[in-house]
Amino acid sequence: MSYRQAAFVLASGILFGFGLALSTMVQPEVVLSFLAWKDMGLLLVLGGAVVVTFAAYHLAPRVMRKPIAGEAFGRHPSEMAVRTLAGAAIFGVGWGLCGVCPGPAIAGLGVGNYPMLVALAGLILGAYAQGRWASHQFNQPQMNTDEHR
Amino acid sequence: MSSLFPLGWEHYLAGGLLLGVGMSLLFVSTGLIGGMSTVFSTVWSFFSSAPYFQQERFVSTRNWRLIYAAGIILGALLWLILLGQPFVTEVPYWRLAAGGFIAGFGARLSNGCTAGHGICGMASLQPASILAVFTFLATAMATAHLVKAFL
Repeated sequence: MSYRQAAFVLASGILFGFGLALSTMVQPEVVLSFLAWKDMGLLLVLGGAVVVTFAAYHLAPRVMRKPIAGEAFGRHPSEMAVRTLAGAAIFGVGWGLCGVCPGPAIAGLGVGNYPMLVALAGLILGAYAQGRWASHQFNQPQMNTDEHR
Repeated sequence: MSSLFPLGWEHYLAGGLLLGVGMSLLFVSTGLIGGMSTVFSTVWSFFSSAPYFQQERFVSTRNWRLIYAAGIILGALLWLILLGQPFVTEVPYWRLAAGGFIAGFGARLSNGCTAGHGICGMASLQPASILAVFTFLATAMATAHLVKAFL
């Protein structure tokens, strides 16, 4: 990755982190209050983010041959699979318990919300557990659901 | 309006639009898709030889994902310096730890979280992501209501 690309990635992260702080998503109390139907603010956060991102994802590849500092516009297809939805269901239980999702766990550190370190440690360990569990399936190709569906 | 948004609505919308601007800049400048939870798998690619973590899709993206995460901390710090006040949550540590672990496991199994499925996946109208968002919103709301009732 070139310095120019790294600078763009850093700038994008800064905007994203600023947005997470401004929208108070770095406060688990606010997220939990949405999930308990006391404050619908998170819908505006998600809606605002999706509308702008939708415009970029759909317009940029039409009006630009390639990204400013990149080779090609990426795509990240989501797999319509049991693991996608089972994982989402599990994710929701954790999110509803603590009010912290991955972005705010990272951004929370920037606003001095030090208990977020505990949530961040939990997220990283959870990702480790999932990876070890998935590695087990890697070693037994006959159980690899991606190849034998 | 005030009953739907007891704390006001402007900062939610402005913050959300800014999230979109960040995600859009990442795409327009580099072509990258800015999901968030993947960084937690890619950091393990530095330390663990487990085959799952050594996949090309993690090893080849781990550097920019760390830079992205560093930017997010800096952006939140910038907000603190320019506009805000420090905030320290009062959610008990055990809930942060347990909830974080469960959310980390689930997001990686699902290959996406509120950013990856919620913003990127929905913005590219992917059926699996849209279904994932409704799924995690449902289980998160159910959990939050139960926590409120019993804890």
